[in-house]
Amino acid sequence: MALLEVEKLNVRFHTPDGEVHAVRDLGFSLERGETLGIVGESGSGKSQSMMSLIGLLSANGRASGSANFDGTELLGLPAEALRRIRGRRVGMIFQDPMTSLNPYMTVFQQMAQVLQHHEGIGRKAARARCIELLDAVHIPAAGKRVDMYPHEFSGGMRQRVMIASALLCRPDLLIADEPTTALDVTVQAQILELMREVRRETGASIILITHDLGVVAGLCDRVLVMHRGEEQESGPVDDIFYRPQHPYTRALLAAVPRLDRADGRRLAALGGSGSAAEAAAAPVQVVRTAPDRAAPPLLETRDLKVHFKLAPERLFAPARVLKAVDGVDLALHPGETLGVVGESGCGKSTLARAILRLVEPTAGHVTLLGDEITAAGKKAMRPHRRDMQVVFQDPLASLNPRMTVGTIVAEPLQTHFPGLGRAEIRRRVGAMLERVGLGPEHINRYPHEFSGGQCQRIGIARALVLEPKLVICDEPVSALDVSIQAQIVNLLMDLQAEMNLSLVFIAHDLAVVRHISHRIMVMYLGRVAEIADRDALYERPLHPYTQALIRAVPIPDPELERAKAFAPLEGDLPSPVNPPSGCAFRTRCPIATPRCAVETPELRRIDGHLVACHEADRPRAPGD
Amino acid sequence: MIRYALSRFLGAIPTLLILVALAFFMIRAAPGGPFDSEKALPPEIEANLRAAYHLDEPLVQQFGRYLLNLARGDFGPSFQYKDYSVTELIAAGFPVSLRLGGSAMILALLLGVTAGTMAALRQNSRTDHAVMAVSMTGISIPNFVMAPLLILLFAVTLGWLPAGGIGDGSPRYLVLPVISLALPQIAYISRLTRGSMIEVLRSNFIRTARAQGLPERTIILRHALKPALLPVVSYLGPASAAVITGSVVIEQIFGVPGLGRYFVQGALNRDYTLVMGVVVFYGALIILFNLLVDLVYAWLDPKVKYA
Amino acid sequence: MSAAPESMAATPAPVKGRSLWVDAWNVLRRNRAAMVAGALIFTMAVLVVVGPWLSPWDYAQTDWDNVSIGPDWESRHYFGTDALGRDLFVRTLHGGRISLLIGVVATLVSLLIGISWGATAGYLGGRVDHVMMRIVDILYAMPFMFFVILLMVFFGRNILLIFVAIGAINWLDMARIVRGQTLSLKHKEFIEAAEAQGVASFNIIRRHIVPNLLGVVVVYVTLTIPQVILVESFLSFLGLGVQEPMTSWGALVNEGAQEMGTAPWMLVFPATFLALTLFCFNFVGDGLRDALDPKDR
Repeated sequence: MALLEVEKLNVRFHTPDGEVHAVRDLGFSLERGETLGIVGESGSGKSQSMMSLIGLLSANGRASGSANFDGTELLGLPAEALRRIRGRRVGMIFQDPMTSLNPYMTVFQQMAQVLQHHEGIGRKAARARCIELLDAVHIPAAGKRVDMYPHEFSGGMRQRVMIASALLCRPDLLIADEPTTALDVTVQAQILELMREVRRETGASIILITHDLGVVAGLCDRVLVMHRGEEQESGPVDDIFYRPQHPYTRALLAAVPRLDRADGRRLAALGGSGSAAEAAAAPVQVVRTAPDRAAPPLLETRDLKVHFKLAPERLFAPARVLKAVDGVDLALHPGETLGVVGESGCGKSTLARAILRLVEPTAGHVTLLGDEITAAGKKAMRPHRRDMQVVFQDPLASLNPRMTVGTIVAEPLQTHFPGLGRAEIRRRVGAMLERVGLGPEHINRYPHEFSGGQCQRIGIARALVLEPKLVICDEPVSALDVSIQAQIVNLLMDLQAEMNLSLVFIAHDLAVVRHISHRIMVMYLGRVAEIADRDALYERPLHPYTQALIRAVPIPDPELERAKAFAPLEGDLPSPVNPPSGCAFRTRCPIATPRCAVETPELRRIDGHLVACHEADRPRAPGD
Repeated sequence: MIRYALSRFLGAIPTLLILVALAFFMIRAAPGGPFDSEKALPPEIEANLRAAYHLDEPLVQQFGRYLLNLARGDFGPSFQYKDYSVTELIAAGFPVSLRLGGSAMILALLLGVTAGTMAALRQNSRTDHAVMAVSMTGISIPNFVMAPLLILLFAVTLGWLPAGGIGDGSPRYLVLPVISLALPQIAYISRLTRGSMIEVLRSNFIRTARAQGLPERTIILRHALKPALLPVVSYLGPASAAVITGSVVIEQIFGVPGLGRYFVQGALNRDYTLVMGVVVFYGALIILFNLLVDLVYAWLDPKVKYA
Repeated sequence: MSAAPESMAATPAPVKGRSLWVDAWNVLRRNRAAMVAGALIFTMAVLVVVGPWLSPWDYAQTDWDNVSIGPDWESRHYFGTDALGRDLFVRTLHGGRISLLIGVVATLVSLLIGISWGATAGYLGGRVDHVMMRIVDILYAMPFMFFVILLMVFFGRNILLIFVAIGAINWLDMARIVRGQTLSLKHKEFIEAAEAQGVASFNIIRRHIVPNLLGVVVVYVTLTIPQVILVESFLSFLGLGVQEPMTSWGALVNEGAQEMGTAPWMLVFPATFLALTLFCFNFVGDGLRDALDPKDR
């Protein structure tokens, strides 16, 4: 008999604006030891359906239907009985490890409570069990760390603690709700590896809720695709990925850029109404600009450094210095897209802000169109700003909530062409909005009336209305759903071709960066690890960090994922406040030598790559 | 922790100095002196008096002398109550005020936290609305309005409780003053507790605790109460200041012979040293209490590092 | 071209958008308590301004025939008279003028200091911010009420001094709030976007910072006014506020409290007016906070 049998599950919420039918007639069954992936974009009802099973819907939510868990009907079960199932037989892992643990209790205190409550065991036995589990999830020095508070752990470590807590009572079912979404990609690989290990050793069934098809491909036996509260398709993982039946599934797969492919296929953009059929139908080639490498670079930085002074820890202690960007050289040619990738704290956003002079560089030079702008004053800077614009990550936060879309897009024009007449401004704003896919009816509306994707279009319109030569995109699609992400990426590429733009495209998603860029720069703790042409970088990465990064990215292809046999990078990112000496990567590097601790590697040209690694040209065994 | 406490304590010293200096120079800058009584004193007697109280020295020197004496716990002689030193007056009045203020604070904390938590747990229920209505009343009716109304009702009309004084010191005499003093604080604390409890109950780690199948009681007592009370703890500093200030008028209304009454009378009589003494004493008390609150907060919140 | 969702192609007529202010007003309008309280404040304001003319009595005038009588419509002492035979209706409204005036003016004083201080600290940041906020912290720990009392005692009881003194207490809160808000605004991406466009600092402050501060400031103004009225009444109650024959609600409550055994109306009327006003301001402030607080969006 199946461990969990769900039939005709409906979830409704009562809101001031009427009833929201969040989940419609969902049904599936889960065998013992099986891993089911539930995939969907935000608002697809994937989390709410699981929350309804264990009675954790918010107060205005109601669930109906049937959910049989090992012979017990969960829906309508009295609160007390449900409580005995939660934590004991069903373990939950949540998305945000930073907030999902109680910051006011030590790890032991919160874990022990679960044991005391469900198994009634004493303090001493509980302690032994907690340490044993922390050990099992590979937390070093578990005996000591068990008495620490969550804030003393890194994000990845906290998620390990979260998993250990979920496993305390040896549950039959683990529900993981976006367990790796908040983590860096190398840490994500560690956590996914840990989950595989957990499955192997406990034999628990897992329900994995995620938006990331790559994660599903690597971990799940079966997949259920949800959209707007309804199941679109479900089946064995290979069927879903290799023989998708439903147009939505096909469109979703086509909307995701692939890290392992260089086929230049245009991303499928799912329509706003969800009519995905035509999007999935015919793959279209992307229009990619040809960068003019012969022309002098549009943008150049030389040895650019941004150091922040932090408040000292004690009153008279020396001020600590955070070297956010520590000597970056780059050159960008007309019509070129330079992708900048790296994990959190690598300084990629600070680099963007330093080029834009939103933060003051500590040292080094920035040259735009041949003019040195590093030391330009506010006034002298203004004419340069016309050529250099920016698109930010958070679509809503980057628009002033008190201004209409029209005034937002008009502001750059008013700033740089004060003589322009009202009618002319209106005409240009209207034309620009149309170009990014917004109609004139939106001009008097306010940002909060738009969706995330539309807000990002407005942000792009504002950046492009001055017809700049360079646009710096700081994680422009990170906050968006896959289908919206595809729309924005396509839009940026189209506009680049139309207006012959140069782009600096910053992102942590390597697949998106590969799709959009001509050249890619990999950063680690404020320094450049490697720069190379996109295909060269992905096919023959030379820096051990680049290699680890690329291998850590889950690919939406079950066979490739299964064939992946590698140990993910160990440890967490070191703090940029106190980076390791010599090569900053050496603490996690599989091939580090004593030299790396002493000597900071400079960028060297090898095989058309620029690499900062002492060992990059040393021959190595394949696949290590 | 001890080092942290010590460093915070050292940090409070400049604040104390500023307090003393502010009070000292403000009073000295005021027109009119302690000897401006109805009939003018002969000039030589006034000069002698001034010399005796060191009022003829330069201001800075007076200030230095004052600080030095203060460090020894000597607030100087009272100008008005000629036979007493200010230290003696404070020693006489403060225990009464402490009893009143301390009881009010404890009452406010107990009732405020309980009512606020109950309201938060049954958000939008009848209990919640009732607690919030009472608390709004408590905030909106000042204690000097509440006090006479309470006297009118319970002492004058019903005759259940004494209207003023401390009589034989029995707790009956304290009931009305303590309630009048505590009511606005009960109101603030219950609102504060309700708000932060609701916020904490919405947080992710409470969801985790629920997902672990812990009973609601454990979730509230072990997981939610501490973070929900942190804002209340930091409010205790301003609350103590409010209670001390309020006690001035409450003591006046109920005729309680506490420090607040000395202060008002001293102020009206231009009794420099007494007024200074009370301001410095109460000021120091408030600063000390704020310091204590900070330490408690640091002890409760593991994220505060003892640097 | 780009993939425009087809829903957008339909109606190309400009639509009037709903600004956050309109949204806030819609939320506020549904809050019945706040709306009633707002209407009451308005009525109260009108009443204290025109009310005294509706009575034949003057606030300082003694009616020797009717000393210390209860509410009496025949002699047109609607609220009765005090121990000196002065009409309580007129005196209550007159006291209301003073209380409300002090409430508004002293709030403006605190607003002015608080906004300049907080916005400066928040916008400049760094060491300046540190020093400025440390000053606020130190002042916060001061027993300010005592200082105000001293001020009143030693420098005479004049209204201007009351305005300044009370304003000077309340700016601390305002400064903290404005600073916090400015700090969080400064790091908002739309401010950075404006800077990246080269918008001049003045325009950034005018178009981007001030309009976004306004919501918070409006909320705290409505919550500061009752606090100020409370402080003024407190001082007047102690006999340290406005001078006879002028009066304020606090002073009237004080007189009433002394006579409450024999003339309870002297306590009840001004106390009701004072409490009702404070009530209404708090309700409106709460309602505004619910409507304008960006946290709920």
